[in-house]
Amino acid sequence: MLTKRIIACLDVHAGRVVKGVQFVDLVDAGDPATQAARHAREGADEIVLLDITATHEGRQTLLDTVRRTARELFVPFCVGGGIRSAQDAEQVFEAGADKVSINSAALTDPALISAIGASFGAQAVVVAIDARRDPDAADPVRDAQVYVQGGRRPIGRTVVEWAREAEQRGAGEILLTSMDSDGTRAGFDCELTAAVSEAVGIPVIASGGAGTVAHFADVFARGKADAALAASIFHFGVSTSRSLKEELAQAGVPVRLRC
Amino acid sequence: MRVTVIDYKAGNLTSVLKTLRHLGAETVVTDGDLSLVDSAERIVLPGVGHFAATERLDKTGLTGAIRSAIARGVPFLGICVGMQWLYAGSTEAPQQPGLGHFPESCTRFAESPEKVPHVGWNSLDVRAKSKLLAGVEPGEFVYFTHSYKGPVTADTAAITQYIEPFAAAVERGNVMGVQFHPEKSGDTGLKILRNFLTWRAKGAGC
Repeated sequence: MLTKRIIACLDVHAGRVVKGVQFVDLVDAGDPATQAARHAREGADEIVLLDITATHEGRQTLLDTVRRTARELFVPFCVGGGIRSAQDAEQVFEAGADKVSINSAALTDPALISAIGASFGAQAVVVAIDARRDPDAADPVRDAQVYVQGGRRPIGRTVVEWAREAEQRGAGEILLTSMDSDGTRAGFDCELTAAVSEAVGIPVIASGGAGTVAHFADVFARGKADAALAASIFHFGVSTSRSLKEELAQAGVPVRLRC
Repeated sequence: MRVTVIDYKAGNLTSVLKTLRHLGAETVVTDGDLSLVDSAERIVLPGVGHFAATERLDKTGLTGAIRSAIARGVPFLGICVGMQWLYAGSTEAPQQPGLGHFPESCTRFAESPEKVPHVGWNSLDVRAKSKLLAGVEPGEFVYFTHSYKGPVTADTAAITQYIEPFAAAVERGNVMGVQFHPEKSGDTGLKILRNFLTWRAKGAGC
């Protein structure tokens, strides 16, 4: 049986894992390679490394980090942050990533999705979408808006429509972050996740708002998510992937327990 | 032990190379140098992307060289599209023939409420005689990402269920294929690759 994936997310700044709420008050949380290996050992189904520096000067540091992290990692490894061109993506793949996550660069240049897919396969292209409900719309969920700049600026497109276009252009997966829920630890936006998951035929990874095991069970059931991203829930020692998955299994969610 | 890895320019080989090296293999890569196939001890054909890209194997002469190597008894492992290529073809690119080592063709998953592609960790129902999957126990998972798959036949080494039962692995003698990505499948994947690297033909000594 196909299992629901728990994806451990590492936010990386200048070659170090950092933790903080919505990229504020960053605290050093260790070495990315060590942390990624630990997560894989503890049962994470996949690792996402998000470079929150994403500056030109930081590119070489990122590639070194990706190389070191990939070396002893034998689960899928996705890298995002600052990938603006097919060349950027190629460097990250050559450093050992299996997938790249692209966000605002795909909005600026949607052809980037197919350009990366043509060289590396659709399975290697994750389109990340930062979303907020539109409280003024008749249907705040169906009309949820795509945001850029860390959730500060709407670009005037609905999330569902952009997710569909990304799929049609050859995205392999959608990483959907609810900016309303992000950092709240009050649960994923299940309605929004379900709206996107039902609109596309590719897997949707839910992100933003994880605080308890029940939140994950909820986003898999009501939210129809194929995978869920976990970041701070691990950093703050709430749970390891293994304990999270053991509890999910007890709740009837299909998960991979043996690694 | 040396492994010749075939590059047909349809994706990234880094993960496969890294994992083979981690297991102690020396790797050589060829995208057209047939001598590396002619002298190969073992061959791995990784593959992602579209079946049509395997056309490059025909154009470079790699298809013929691989066919000869297989006939000599060289252990061969196809991964993902590399496994699909072992069949007669795929409905993904009907004009492009596969190797035809297995006479059937690969097809897309049937229309269903489930999503296609099949992405994620799924379990294996291993057939007892498989050497490639020796030691893989019920409850172990491997990582898949694909929309096309091979049919269940007498050569199927493991069955996975998604929408319908399909061939997660195929094996006949020295020719093996896996639809999943062993290089991305944690300890289970490493165990499978190790089985491939230590595979010995019957009567070949040691």
